[in-house]
Amino acid sequence: MKKLRIGSGAGYSGDRIEPAAELAAKGDIQYLCFECLAERTIAIAQQAKLEDPNAGYDALLTARMEAVLGICKQKNIKIITNMGAANPAAGALKIKEIAQKMGIKGLKIAAVSGDDVLEIIKKQDLIIEETGEKLSTIQDKMVSANAYLGAEPIVEALRNGANVVITGRISDPALFVAPIIHEFGWSMDDWTRLGKATVMGHLLECAGQVTGGYYADPGFKDVPGLGRLGFPIAEIQKDGSFIITKVPEAGGNVTLDTCKEQLVYEIHDPAAYITPDVVADFSGVEFSLVEKDKVAVTGGAGRQKTEFLKVSVGYVDSYIGEGQISYAGPGAANRGQLALDIVAERLKLMGVQYQEIRFDLIGLNSLHGAALSSGHEPYEVRARVAGRTQNMKEAVRIGNEVETLYTNGPAGGAGAWKSAREVVAIVSALIPRNLVKANVHYEVI
Amino acid sequence: MKLREIAHSRTGDKGNTSNISVIAYDPANYAFLEKHVTAKRVKDFFSDIVEGDVVRYELPKIGALNFVMYKALGGGVTRTLALDIHGKSLSSALMNLDIPDLK
Repeated sequence: MKKLRIGSGAGYSGDRIEPAAELAAKGDIQYLCFECLAERTIAIAQQAKLEDPNAGYDALLTARMEAVLGICKQKNIKIITNMGAANPAAGALKIKEIAQKMGIKGLKIAAVSGDDVLEIIKKQDLIIEETGEKLSTIQDKMVSANAYLGAEPIVEALRNGANVVITGRISDPALFVAPIIHEFGWSMDDWTRLGKATVMGHLLECAGQVTGGYYADPGFKDVPGLGRLGFPIAEIQKDGSFIITKVPEAGGNVTLDTCKEQLVYEIHDPAAYITPDVVADFSGVEFSLVEKDKVAVTGGAGRQKTEFLKVSVGYVDSYIGEGQISYAGPGAANRGQLALDIVAERLKLMGVQYQEIRFDLIGLNSLHGAALSSGHEPYEVRARVAGRTQNMKEAVRIGNEVETLYTNGPAGGAGAWKSAREVVAIVSALIPRNLVKANVHYEVI
Repeated sequence: MKLREIAHSRTGDKGNTSNISVIAYDPANYAFLEKHVTAKRVKDFFSDIVEGDVVRYELPKIGALNFVMYKALGGGVTRTLALDIHGKSLSSALMNLDIPDLK
């Protein structure tokens, strides 16, 4: 194959579906990759699996597959996704069932597992990156542990003829790097090329973000057609050079600036972007506009991968209780502040136990605190109280104290709302690579 | 002059760490950004929000700076009490930073 075209079908679990269908129909692509697994999504999926062993894959898996499976099979477009979340095997069975319903024959679905390392890390007592403490300090509260796998098991699945590859926790760029390795026959230690491919994967993994999503700022950064934003396509040459583009009639745009914003998105040291496959170097990347909505990318590099894999550990951390109520008209902010002061006093009077609390006036200072927000007077504000507690009962009491402002608080309190929820939080740790083994199994119809 | 006049920005998050890019619309202004938008200025600007260090990385080839802000997100997206759980609004706030006028 001379050049390879890969489309990005989703940038997160809840993303739009029709841009992916548009890519399959009009993108002239050979691969459609869906990145649907964020830090918090996998913890939620693990909880779903705990309640039902057949659950734990992405909530939109069925809708996405129904939208693209037929056209992808017809055009021989391979699908790669991490929509397996906590349960790739169940996800593969679901895809099989959907394909059968759609009357599709001759489909090979590969499920990649092995990222679930909960039992392994229980014996390792690794260091928690965020706190420097040992994992044993949260041993009783751990609900999940998933290692970020690299491209290798996906490459294996493609070599074995898979039409669809569904994984759990796998590095986001690996979803895009794997088909390149497979099609061009690159070696797994061709660090420079793997680095270049990782740049490509990083630019594509958030789907619409490189085509103008998460970008527009009217008058400064205008983007056409955001209501029907198109998702990106990368066209890669065998040497690793590539362009980013989109379907011509789709909304959005691919410009030097959309590419620059996405390159730096969620990275730390640009010279050392660590993935399971390579330590990629983004520091020499350059962009040039080939023609409208077609940006050439050069200069990516890479070094030898590290001996560790990152593990996301989910644990029951705390409970959050929250309440909100709105005030409007003259003096809205003052009444909102009075509401917050009353709740603070009530929580104290009633002896509600919390470890951490926030009092916000939405519309005035809820996002950036007092200093950056000072000097504004809004027409309406929404008073918000959110607190962290050690059990559900205390969390419920926080929202209740906001709700009772209706008849006991400042004038004109509007639209009170409350909630209380358990928090499954994520911390990270590094696990020696040799302790993690990926497995691939197949469903065939 | 406000930073917004010559630069654009995007925020990302990993755990409790936020990163903010500052990208010159015109690459010719990159050196000016490099001089005036320092890690210390960004740390001071977000003093109510960022509890940890701010580290600046430079990407001269695309005219961009990357500010990595530690302990910036109230514990991170999975556990924070903040309304903006990812800290996605922080880039918009930074665009309000005062910088000298371009000569």
